[in-house]
Amino acid sequence: MKERTLALTTQVKHEEHHQKKSLWDKLNSPKVAPYVFVLPFVLIFIIFFIYPIFSTVVMSFQSVNIGDIQFVGLDNYRILLSSSTFPVAIRNSLIYTALTLLLLIPFPMILACMLNSKAMRGSNFFRAFLFLPILCSVVVAGLTFRFLFNETDTGLVNSIIINWFGGEKVRWLSLRWPAMTVMVALACWRWTGINVIYFMSGLNSIPVELYEACDIDGANAWQRFWFVTVPLLKPTIIYVLTISIYGGLAMFAESQMLWGGKTSPLNIGLTIVGFIYQNGISHGQLGLASCAGLVLLVVVLIINLIQLRLTGVLGKEKA
Amino acid sequence: MTSRRLLAHKPGQRKITGVLMVVFFIILSGVVLVPFVSMILTSFKDSSMIIRNGFNLNIDKDILTFENYRYLFSGDHQYFKWFINSIFLTLIQTALTLIISAWVGYGFAFYDFKGKDFLFVCVLVVMMIPFEILMLPLYREIVAMKLNNSYLGIILPYLAHPTAVFFFRQYLTSIPKEIIDAGRIDGCCEYGIFLRLIFPIMQPALAAMAIFVGMFTWNNYLWPLLVLTDSGKFTLPIGLTSLLSPYGNNYKLLIAGAVMSVIPIMILFFSAQRHFIEGMSTGSVKG
Repeated sequence: MKERTLALTTQVKHEEHHQKKSLWDKLNSPKVAPYVFVLPFVLIFIIFFIYPIFSTVVMSFQSVNIGDIQFVGLDNYRILLSSSTFPVAIRNSLIYTALTLLLLIPFPMILACMLNSKAMRGSNFFRAFLFLPILCSVVVAGLTFRFLFNETDTGLVNSIIINWFGGEKVRWLSLRWPAMTVMVALACWRWTGINVIYFMSGLNSIPVELYEACDIDGANAWQRFWFVTVPLLKPTIIYVLTISIYGGLAMFAESQMLWGGKTSPLNIGLTIVGFIYQNGISHGQLGLASCAGLVLLVVVLIINLIQLRLTGVLGKEKA
Repeated sequence: MTSRRLLAHKPGQRKITGVLMVVFFIILSGVVLVPFVSMILTSFKDSSMIIRNGFNLNIDKDILTFENYRYLFSGDHQYFKWFINSIFLTLIQTALTLIISAWVGYGFAFYDFKGKDFLFVCVLVVMMIPFEILMLPLYREIVAMKLNNSYLGIILPYLAHPTAVFFFRQYLTSIPKEIIDAGRIDGCCEYGIFLRLIFPIMQPALAAMAIFVGMFTWNNYLWPLLVLTDSGKFTLPIGLTSLLSPYGNNYKLLIAGAVMSVIPIMILFFSAQRHFIEGMSTGSVKG
């Protein structure tokens, strides 16, 4: 519909090009002006969103080598399903996303409540401290964590394990779960502060009267948190959930930096986007990479739909 | 009665919980700072020992050296070129993205037109789909347009940033529509109303988004990594990564350069802390 209207508009523009005054009058009318305002978005949407998605679908049925494109039907999908690395990539991405959700929603929420409570002193100061990691680019953060979790016994984390707890050094970046721990730790370091800030701005929109009512009813801190704070923070929780799922499934740079741009041993750090990058850019297998891209697209859509359904946003919009 | 008793109890109790919480947050801030401190400490150590020793908090006065920084400031490398590239790209991309996104957001906020709802759903869809899914076809497109290895190729796909469009639209819906009518009566054209009346009063929203888009651009990694091939055009994150190349890791430059790349943002942050926090939390202003 709107494309047709737009096409008409541009047609009109072309037809009347020789009558300058009337063109300007048309452009300046409140009927046409909104289309001129949204035009940049429409152009970018079509050129840099619709077309790439379309061409991903097309490429997923092709074998694309330099200067040689062949239609291969479902071959890419067959290769993808039988490949040993793709399931690993999916598993890593899903576990990483689940763990970040588990850690990066409840704890920032509790921290925000603490910072927001009347008994707290200097909350602006601490909020700024928690915010600092987000200023650090993923490249620098990944590099730092790589060496904090160094596998020798002098890396900070290993030296703490050895000297304080009398444990043995851990080969953080060579084993599956230790590697996942490092990736999740990096995510927590980077994102806790920003999530705390989201929750604090959500908390500010809760009317104080509700808490006063709680006090009069003699509710304890836990009851106050569970029956007032959590339900009223729902919009913020949904927002943080959405961006965390997005960030979790799209994770790539972190693992790239942790293993210094090399492949991780046994692909313990390989994510879906890592798989797309490896196959599409490094190995030049665009068809296979496009398949993986489409799988990720479907996963993202399904998770978003489930999450919107569960949190009731979708139902509300329909009503 | 009970409430009064609760209130009477409160001050003492509150003081204790207050102190406990402050202690807790001091410890937490310490933990948050550890990576920074270890990075800065390591930048004063012999860089050839990094791989073997990793980062730690050990201070041994005898092995502290300024060698890494001496090399950073006087060595033969492109670090400061990358630095200037990053600043240049961040400024240009932020300015263009803000203007175009505000322009689009205004269209959504102040007009009713056919297909508006559909288009706005498109904005939300773009917000939800990770960019990474599209990177390969986007990259081919940019190559086909001969825009690879150029900053225009980096900037173009982000010009109407969906988050910014969404945010500006939300912000502008709170401004009374009468302002347009007033503008029309005064003989302003439709675009003049935006440029002369609306754009100037959007300053707080623009400032918040400038921080958001600016931080995003300054730290953006994957897309510039694909588009840029010439090391003279690298941005800081890409340049620092290139130091980890298979042809001999240049840790001297890497560690000192990493510290140097964080410092300007830290200074900016501490001088405009409120704006930063507002800017980064603007994304949450939903619905």
